[in-house]
Amino acid sequence: MAYGYYPGCSSHGTAKEYDISTKKVCERLGLKLEEVLALALPFRNLVLAEKQGLDSIMSTCSACYNRLKVAHETLKRAPEILNRISEIVGEPYNKTLKVIHFLDLISKEFGVEKIKESVMKPLTGLKAVSYYGCLLTRPPELVSIDPDAENPTIMEEIIEALGAETPYWSHKTECCGASFALSRTDIVLRLTNEILKAARFADADCIVVACPLCFANLDMRQSQIASKYGVNYSLPVLFISELMGIAMGMGYKELGIDKHIVSAKDLLKGKE
Amino acid sequence: MIYQLNADVRNFGKTISQLSDVDIYTCYQCGKCTAGCPIVMEMSHTPNQIMRLIQLGLKEDVLNSLTPWLCAACETCTTRCPKGVDIAKIMDTLRILARKEGYQSKEPNVVNFNDIFLNCIKDKGRLQETHLAMVYNLKTRQFFKDADIGRKLFMKGKISLSSDKIKGTDAMKSIFERSRAFLGKGE
Repeated sequence: MAYGYYPGCSSHGTAKEYDISTKKVCERLGLKLEEVLALALPFRNLVLAEKQGLDSIMSTCSACYNRLKVAHETLKRAPEILNRISEIVGEPYNKTLKVIHFLDLISKEFGVEKIKESVMKPLTGLKAVSYYGCLLTRPPELVSIDPDAENPTIMEEIIEALGAETPYWSHKTECCGASFALSRTDIVLRLTNEILKAARFADADCIVVACPLCFANLDMRQSQIASKYGVNYSLPVLFISELMGIAMGMGYKELGIDKHIVSAKDLLKGKE
Repeated sequence: MIYQLNADVRNFGKTISQLSDVDIYTCYQCGKCTAGCPIVMEMSHTPNQIMRLIQLGLKEDVLNSLTPWLCAACETCTTRCPKGVDIAKIMDTLRILARKEGYQSKEPNVVNFNDIFLNCIKDKGRLQETHLAMVYNLKTRQFFKDADIGRKLFMKGKISLSSDKIKGTDAMKSIFERSRAFLGKGE
């Protein structure tokens, strides 16, 4: 059975490479994806995925995942809200779907142990910290992809399976201020600077993310941070799917990593 | 600061509890929400102060406060509250109520951004990043904001002026209309 794949808003824009690398990696692992090409309305997307005959819907974006999951869990618990929303949207929802994130797909559906078997070029010597941000774990009782919302390790387990090291660090679930990216850019620069500083302090070679919004702030804003705070981190930010692709022997360009603003070329030299 | 309390102190607190479905009276001022808030230094009141002001029924202070507009909805407060108070949801409720009742936000650009964001989803079915950034810059008269990043993204082929055609945008418009009718005017 194919997994429903909701690509969200960024995967044809600022996070093209996340879409490209996710599809490539899933194909290699034999995970079949079927796109749910829908509007940005969580309830309606759940309904459409059900209508498409799918039993799951997977998002690569933390925000999409969070909204779909919160909608699904809330509707499961509160029939009166389900009735009201069905009336507004004009369609019923049978609550049969499994709402998952790409990390769930890899770690829980496929399995970390099996990931090790797919590694052709272990990322030996690479130090990668994982950044979860806000929406993959909060609020924990509804959405958390990891039992420990304050110190999740689901991404670290995947990174270790790829042969890389993943230093312990302080900022894995701190907020980057994503929703203020345009309206209060100063706040985003301050928060993002703190995250980059912490990653540098942990001696990381790169930050690994599983969300287009985290990626956008961390990758795109480094030159503005350099002018404002006087520190030029030049710290590559990679999507987890890109890191997996590299370890599976795929190429830098093939995965779309050449589209990053902070180049990861030197970092990945000799690893492809 | 000295606050003047009026007789029907509990009315505002009750309204907020009802609208948000969160019992604001269980807050006992431990301050854990404020300790974890990444944006607290920009706010006019700390999150726990907002909770106390609601309990005291000081509606004007709460709805004129900068704090709800600077909440990033990261939900660190909600996650850590020992009493299970969903503070992020309270902030959302306060933004909705402030707009409904005509309070002017002291962060107009945050309001502009939210409006443009929702309109974009209504008209195009999904968020189009380029469209969002351009309309936002025009509306707030910051014509060259993030032009450096825009140029780089364009060179990398990540943004373009054409947009995806999404099926079902008509359905989207009528869903917006029906939700507005349901919630009442003002949002």
